[in-house]
Formats: sequence, structure tokens, C-alpha cells
Amino acid sequence: MANASPKTAHAAPAWGGWLLTLGAIAVLVFGLWHLGFSLTKFLVGLGSLGKFVVLMFPPDWGDNASLWRYIKALAETVAIALLGTTLAAVIAFPLSLIAARNTTVSQILRFFARRGFDTLRGVDTLVWALIWVNVVGLGPFAGVFAIAISDIGSFGKLFSEAIEASDKRPVEGVIASGGSRLHAIRFGILPQVAPVLISQYLYYFESNTRSATIIGIVGAGGIGLELSEMIRTLEWQKVAFLIIMILITVSVIDRLSTQLRTAIAGSKATPN
Amino acid sequence: MTRSAYSPAPPTIAQLAASYAAEVARKRRRFLVFATGVALAVLAAGWLAEVDLGLFFSNIHKFPNYIGRIFILDSGPYAGSFVLFDIPGWFWGLGKWLRLLADTLLIAYVATVLGALFGFLLCFLAAGNLGVSAPVRFGVRRILEFCRTVPELVFALVFVIAFGLGPIAGVLAIIVHTTGALGKLFYEVLENIDQKPVEGLIASGASWTKTMRFAVLPQVLSNFVSYALLRFEINVRGASVMGFVGAGGIGQDLMEAIRKFYYPDVSAILVLIIITVALIDLITERVRRRFIAETH
Repeated sequence: MANASPKTAHAAPAWGGWLLTLGAIAVLVFGLWHLGFSLTKFLVGLGSLGKFVVLMFPPDWGDNASLWRYIKALAETVAIALLGTTLAAVIAFPLSLIAARNTTVSQILRFFARRGFDTLRGVDTLVWALIWVNVVGLGPFAGVFAIAISDIGSFGKLFSEAIEASDKRPVEGVIASGGSRLHAIRFGILPQVAPVLISQYLYYFESNTRSATIIGIVGAGGIGLELSEMIRTLEWQKVAFLIIMILITVSVIDRLSTQLRTAIAGSKATPN
Repeated sequence: MTRSAYSPAPPTIAQLAASYAAEVARKRRRFLVFATGVALAVLAAGWLAEVDLGLFFSNIHKFPNYIGRIFILDSGPYAGSFVLFDIPGWFWGLGKWLRLLADTLLIAYVATVLGALFGFLLCFLAAGNLGVSAPVRFGVRRILEFCRTVPELVFALVFVIAFGLGPIAGVLAIIVHTTGALGKLFYEVLENIDQKPVEGLIASGASWTKTMRFAVLPQVLSNFVSYALLRFEINVRGASVMGFVGAGGIGQDLMEAIRKFYYPDVSAILVLIIITVALIDLITERVRRRFIAETH
């Protein structure tokens, strides 16, 4: 508005902002009260937390047998992440062709594929892990499937978005020179999206390594089982050692995946 | 087009075809190397994770069975029929579950606000362009890295022992993780600001805090709020499983339902969680859009 004075133009958003801030603080205070926060509880807890931290030093793995067991559990964790991510990518790719606007075979199937992806993504990996433990029993197997199932949802969405964003001219070229729809996907779309897809695959492998470290807490294999047991039995030196192992592994995988991503996909593929 | 006598002869079709074939072969080779690498890694991983394909095929049918079974009522007058035939029976615990869901949302909210606050305070010390000394920056960055790399559930496990069972442990665990994650995003935003207002304020003799308040904050606030809202979405998901380790929220009931084979309860709670997460995603998306539209 041209004739509004600068003062009134600023007044409205400022008032709204203050009200919003007040409301936010009110909810925060209510939340702290409702969830049972109190200064004494907090300080007592902080005191025992401090004791635990002191007890963690120096980090120690105990005897050689348990060190070997930890290394194996860590390798298993990475293995779970890799298998889960690969399985998810292999299953999600054909489904994402159905879910993408430009390659789908029917609008109804497309709708169901997309809602299906949303549902799979809406349930946390840890919940899937718990369910798979019930279905296939304790062990890494359950972890692989848990990661695969929740990643089918993520990959399905990301892959289909990549396919929808692809340039349609190569597809028209293939069709014009007499290719079938499958030819169009193979020669028109796949070369365009492959770097993006591979990059997303590597990125998810990296983030799944983190998830795989905790699914052991519900019995689905990997280092999480050892870690939660050591925490529950208050073996703080071993806890510290395990956490350091996890941090090193995660950062190595991070580095590796970032390098592979830049090498294979170039600069044009940075998911999210 | 005239060509000078020194330019090379135009490539023949055969030459073009040969270079095309070479190019394609090079691409194929590279893909093959990558695929072989992945295949080998998968084989090694399969061996490590003790994957037994026989076991796989004999067990895989159990999953659809399980999914089918959680949608069949197991008690009441409609026992044995599809859940939608008796919705009140399916959602028999609705009141309790909604209260627990509200707790879950509160855990996520409190943790996001406080985590964002700590991340906000720390990010100024971690940014490389605001005149903070290198050792401080290094230290703060390592702290943030530690906070976001250790999974929040591990923090929750430790906090449950220190602070007792209940939502306090969950809130604190998510706070730590949020501080690490948002702190990093925040300082990356800070490092991308326009330096001119900063230089202007320093030149006019403003103190460090004043420079931050009047030159830096106006540039970054909308981004910060947007990231915090995104984080809230993630934290709602995170808070829904905190109950698995006794750290409050709906997770406890969900875990009991799964472990004790209360099949229809599993689907009822999952449906509630999925609806809540979807609603929160929708609302924060709207708020983010409006906020960005207002400030730009």
C-alpha cells in the first residue's frame, strides 16, 4: 500500500510476532511442567550423568574376546546398512517408474504407489525392526529388512521425483525413431537419472549406517545390542569404547560415500 | 563456411562411430566397475550378516501374514473380522493413545525449541566468518559433531539411567541431538551471509553483540526458523520411538503391543502415528511457506 505510513506497515507483523513468541513460550513452559521437569530432578540427574562420564575414562574394551566380538558386530552393522539399502534400491526402482507421472502405466496404480511410499516412510525404521524381529526372529536378518522396508518408501519418492524431473526430449527422440516405451525408459530416461539415483543410494547407505547402529537395541542385529547391554549393565568404559568405534566408523563411511558420490555423479547430484 | 588449408579434415562417419563406441565403452566399463564393487560388497555383507537365502524364502511369507493379521480384530463381538467392521473396538484405547500422542508431540516441541536455542547460541561460535578464534571454533564444532553423530536413542538409553524412566530422558536426548544437527545447519547459514552489513557496523564502532544483532540476525532468522520447523517434523518421528527405551511418549505402548502380539492394537497405534506425522508435516510446511513469504 502506497499511502500507509511506515509505522502502521510495521506494526501488524510485529504484533503478530510478539503474540506468536508468547504462545510458543507458553507451550514450552506448559510442556516442561506437564512432562515432569523440575530443577531438583534435573540437577540430581546431571550429577549421576557426570559420574557416568567420569567412569567412562579411560575407554576400555575389556578382554580380547569381547574386542573381537565388537569388531564383528560393527562389521555386521555396516553389512546390514549395505544390504538393506541395496535391497530397497532394487525393489524401489521398478515401483518408482510406476509412481512417476511420465512413466506410469495407470493413474490409479500411481496413486497407490505414492500413498504406499508415504506409509512406509511414515513408520520409523525402529518400528519396522521390532515388527521384523517378531516375524523372522532376533538377528541381523530383521535389521536388513527393517532398513529395506522403510527405505523403499524414501527411494520410491526420491527416484520417482528424479524421473519426473528428467528432460523429456530424449524420450521423444527414442519414440520418434520407433522405440517402444521400454526403449524410451532404457535409452531416454535411465542415462539421465542414473547418476542421481546412484548418488541417492550412496547417501542413504551413509545415513543407514547410523540407523543400523541402533536397531540392535530392539534385537535386530549390529552393534546396538552390545551397546545397550553395556549401558544397562553400567559398564561405562566399554560404552565409551563402543561409542568411539561407532563415531570412527560413521565418519569413515561418510568420507567414503562423499568421495564416491563426487567421483561418480559429479556435482549435479546432491540429494536434499 | 570456408575452411583454411591448415584445419584437419572433417571426421569421417567411421571415425565418428569409432569415437562414439569408445565413449560408450568407457561409460560401460566405469559402470561395470562400480556394479562389480557393489556386488562384491553385498556378497561380503551377506556373509557377515549371516544371510541364509533358504531361510529368507521360507520366512518371507510371514511378513504379509503379519501385516494382514494386525488388521484383524482378535477380541470382542467382531473377533476375526476386518478392523473396519468395528472401528470403536479397533480404537478401544483411543483416549489413552491420544494422550500419549500429545505427550509425544510435547516432547518433540520442547526438545526442538530448547535444542534450537542451544544450537543458536553455539552456531555464532562455530562460524568461520564472524571473528571467533580458531581454537574456540574447532572446539565448538567438535562438540556439535559429537552431539549429532551419536544416535539420539543412545543418549536416551544413558539418560534413562541418569534421570530415571520417563519423558525427561527423551526430551534431553532429543535436545542434545537437535543442538548438534541445527548448530551445524545454522553455522553453515551464517557462513553464507552477505558481509557488507557486518563491515558497515564494525566500521561504525558497534560491539560484537550489536553487530550480530543488527547485521547478521536479520539475514539469517528466516532460514533458522525454517530449519527449526523441519527439525520439529523429524523430532516428532524420533519422539514416537523414545518409548522403546522407556523415555516417554507413545513408543512404550507401541512396543508392548508388538512384543505381546496385541495385533489390532499395533495397527491402531501405527495408524494414529502415521496420521499425526502427516498432519504435522502438512502444518509445518504451511507455516514455513507463510514465514518465508512474509520475510522475503
